[in-house]
Amino acid sequence: MYTFSNRLKIGSFIAMAVGLICLATGFLSAPSTVEEAKAMVASAHDDGHGGGHGEEASSHAAEGDHAEKDTHGEAEAHGEEHDASHDEHVLHQLQNRPWSALYVAAFFFFMISLGVLAFYAIQRASQAGWSPLLFRVMEGITAYLVPGGIIVFVILVLSVLHMNHMFVWMDADVVAHDKLLQGKAGYLNPTFFLVRAAIFLGGWIFYREYSRKLSLAQDESDDNTNFVKNFRWSAAFLVFYLITESMMSWDWIMSVDPHWFSTLFGWYVFASMFVSGITVIAMIAIYLKSKGYLEDVNDSHIHDLAKFMFGISIFWTYLWFSQFMLIWYANIPEEVTYFITRIEDYKLPFFGMLAMNFIFPVLVLMNSDYKRVNWFVIMAGLVVLFGHYMDVFNMIMPATVGDQWYIGLPEIGGILFFGGLFVYWVFNALTKAPLQPKRNPFLEESRQFHY
Amino acid sequence: MASKVIQALYTDDDVLMHAVKKVRAEHHHIEEVYTPFPVHGLDKAMGLEDTRIAITSFMYGCLGLIVAIVMMNYIMIDDWPQDIGGKPSFTYLENMPAFVPIMFELTVFFAAHLMVITFYLRSRMWPFKKAENPDVRTTDDHFLMELGIHDNEKELTALLWDTGAVEINVTEKDS
Repeated sequence: MYTFSNRLKIGSFIAMAVGLICLATGFLSAPSTVEEAKAMVASAHDDGHGGGHGEEASSHAAEGDHAEKDTHGEAEAHGEEHDASHDEHVLHQLQNRPWSALYVAAFFFFMISLGVLAFYAIQRASQAGWSPLLFRVMEGITAYLVPGGIIVFVILVLSVLHMNHMFVWMDADVVAHDKLLQGKAGYLNPTFFLVRAAIFLGGWIFYREYSRKLSLAQDESDDNTNFVKNFRWSAAFLVFYLITESMMSWDWIMSVDPHWFSTLFGWYVFASMFVSGITVIAMIAIYLKSKGYLEDVNDSHIHDLAKFMFGISIFWTYLWFSQFMLIWYANIPEEVTYFITRIEDYKLPFFGMLAMNFIFPVLVLMNSDYKRVNWFVIMAGLVVLFGHYMDVFNMIMPATVGDQWYIGLPEIGGILFFGGLFVYWVFNALTKAPLQPKRNPFLEESRQFHY
Repeated sequence: MASKVIQALYTDDDVLMHAVKKVRAEHHHIEEVYTPFPVHGLDKAMGLEDTRIAITSFMYGCLGLIVAIVMMNYIMIDDWPQDIGGKPSFTYLENMPAFVPIMFELTVFFAAHLMVITFYLRSRMWPFKKAENPDVRTTDDHFLMELGIHDNEKELTALLWDTGAVEINVTEKDS
């Protein structure tokens, strides 16, 4: 039996507390009026870019005003109205920032446990012989599905209640003036949105709890009925998961840009959660090994997990590029805006993520020997995890905060809080059952596994 | 020059693996093992060096990538620039996304094909080459271990019978 070390427990509590303070500061410092928002943007410009750039910008703005007057030839009222609506837009973006930071971090850690659940179900459904020794680690990580899922659901409910403006299609006013959103309203309306979210989460959490129950019952039983049952449920779950994961990605992520759509978005999000999940399995397994648990897990198991990290990283890049190149090549205005905002306003996170999620794992994890060096896998895993946090960041932020993004207190606070909660919940779940299954029929094969 | 070798035949890969380990434990040099299919772990048991084919594969992949870049730069930028989809081909970098599939394919193509060719040459397998395996049964259901004899025929024969060989031959071999 694993005992939760006090240092780790205290560490996770500190991370949660610090994260909570940072998040609260983020929420409190968000502007509540247009004037405050204007002042914040102005001061950020002065701080960040110095006087020269500011002057340039103001002269540029003056030119813009001039041009507008010339072409429209209308009274100044028009320009003022335009300015006012722009200011309100900036206000909404700034108000969205702490919410988006909260949502990105909440979703990222939830997605890790969901990715692990899919990996686990695949191992069960394919009756893999190498992995049963790692099943308890995976079950520990998927335990976070319950709190993580509930938190994400609560954030979605708060969005529906207009506590924030992350999902513009939830605003009846916006929909009233938008033909495209009216056309999508049959699917994209708040009630159906929440019903779907409840069904997705209910199905995933049910499978997780039931499979865990069967897995524990298998240890005590004297035949393989629990194992066979688990196999059947896992195969059925994968069908359910494939459909609901895709719809979840449209609902929870793609709909922040409600005009834009991509047909492979579900796969793209899946690749991201899959590789993050596998990385976390490897990292926790290595951590437990270093503490003297999981004696039978050898370097070949770690090697296999690292191979998955390497392979799925390339798979993720393949999907990322497939999505990018078709849109780039076709150059249809309503599609290409997605990448234009990202390349213009998010150049560093957008291309930095590509380096962290593709170039780095390819070069670092290519060599077969390095995949067996445990600390090497941990280091590569940290970069991959941060890269996929940035991936979620790049999926949400451009639509909700636009060019007002910054990795500051609320973002770091979100990572700390949910990271702490994740660590606490997962390691707490690991203490609940022996780390090595006793009666899995493939246990001996897993123990003998070597490359 | 002809040398004297002893050849032991086995009918099971597990027996063969144990025999290889035992012969190695007695500090005899195994010249070659002929098997009808790849036996997992045999290379480690025989103490063969790790393969370096992965390194050649990486180099061939880099070569393929360079060939793709140079080729597409010549075809699409230098020689005959075209305006495809409103993207006039003036610089390689601006049109790079369109060339990525080709860069990828040629990387894989070079890595895979040149690696296979390297493997064949390194294994000394080329067209019209005479088969090296001393007994045709090693292409069917027998495994053959070959050891050089250095005035210890009796000792080796006893050892090999002991490891579960089904047949032992002593022959002259040209090499």
